[in-house]
Amino acid sequence: MDEGRPLFQQIAEQIEASILDGSLAADAQAPSTNELAAFHRINPATAAKGINQLVSDGILYKKRGIGMFVAGDARQRVLERRRDAFARDFVEPLLAEARRLGLSAADVRNLIEKWGEGR
Amino acid sequence: MSAVVVEDLTMRYRGHTALDGVGLTLEKDTIHGLLGRNGAGKTTLMRILTGQEFESSGRVEVFGQPPRENSAVLSRVCFIREAQRYPQNFKVREAFAAAAIACPGWDQAYADRLVKDFELPLKRQIKKLSRGQLSAVGIIIGLAARAPLTLFDEPYLGLDAVARHLFYDRLLEDFSEHPRTIVLSTHLIDEVADLVEHVVLIDHGKVLMDAEADELRGRAVSVSGPAEAVAAYVDGLPVLHRSELGGRVRVAVTRRPDGSGQTDPRAAGVSVESLSLQELIVLTTKQGDPK
Repeated sequence: MDEGRPLFQQIAEQIEASILDGSLAADAQAPSTNELAAFHRINPATAAKGINQLVSDGILYKKRGIGMFVAGDARQRVLERRRDAFARDFVEPLLAEARRLGLSAADVRNLIEKWGEGR
Repeated sequence: MSAVVVEDLTMRYRGHTALDGVGLTLEKDTIHGLLGRNGAGKTTLMRILTGQEFESSGRVEVFGQPPRENSAVLSRVCFIREAQRYPQNFKVREAFAAAAIACPGWDQAYADRLVKDFELPLKRQIKKLSRGQLSAVGIIIGLAARAPLTLFDEPYLGLDAVARHLFYDRLLEDFSEHPRTIVLSTHLIDEVADLVEHVVLIDHGKVLMDAEADELRGRAVSVSGPAEAVAAYVDGLPVLHRSELGGRVRVAVTRRPDGSGQTDPRAAGVSVESLSLQELIVLTTKQGDPK
């Protein structure tokens, strides 16, 4: 776990990552608060806060007395949110570092194309 | 609902003030971390909460009542002390039998499981146990007692990392199934940072910090870069520590809880690193020290 960010956020992000990569499919049951607490060795209330955030974001839904389940459109929602954040989280720091090194936007574009071909 | 309410609690010994106007509230069914250096006043506070010592002044309530000479309250409390003493000729089994009588919530089957987990020799005399085994006896009593308020004061003297993690795992497991109020007093902050929901930091008999543990994560950051850029970036934030090396400055600051006034560090030309709870507490404690 990352020291610098609230644990509940990291719990929520890890479940989102499982939804993105398909290991948690629509209508699959999400790990319980106690399972998360034991697995990550964290306080159960903190794990519950992460789960509750996903419920209020509409990513998980609650079946009373059974547990939390992945919403039908959860993957789409997570995908959209991460795409929105992509420019801020990846493109902006890329361009900021490029500026410091005296690379133009065109240089960066060329690099991306060249780099992409090699993959 | 609160398990513990303390207001303006002061404890004076001859020529020494161990607790100085302490105020705090411990919510029910929560794991609390009581942190601070040795001699900060943690043990004194716990001794008062468990009726083993009487406050000089102030208000102390445990489950809504003063704990002093109050058997209704004290029967719901279990206090496992650092270097807990047992009658010297007791065997391990007899220490558990005594605890079973003293604790109304005692779960013998659970105690038996823990004895296996910690590989404790039941027939051995307490005085022949190793330091770590003695700590394990305390931990098992603290967990199997299932007391509504359980206090562990540095419970793991002599326990190796494997046994400590076993303790943390069992504590979380059992807390999930049987929620109760747990106070974990320790200086191993890194190890318990993720286990506790609420943190109280005591130093020189005063409460320096009282907060949700998860909210403290990322609260303190270390900002480094050229002196002017750093100064502009941290303007108005409380500074915990400052160091300088050849024109580059590094400043530890606490951010505002809501993250307001944050500009992009990259645009500001500084780099920002999060500090762990342990680092935040060390810096806060140092800052509170008399210069």
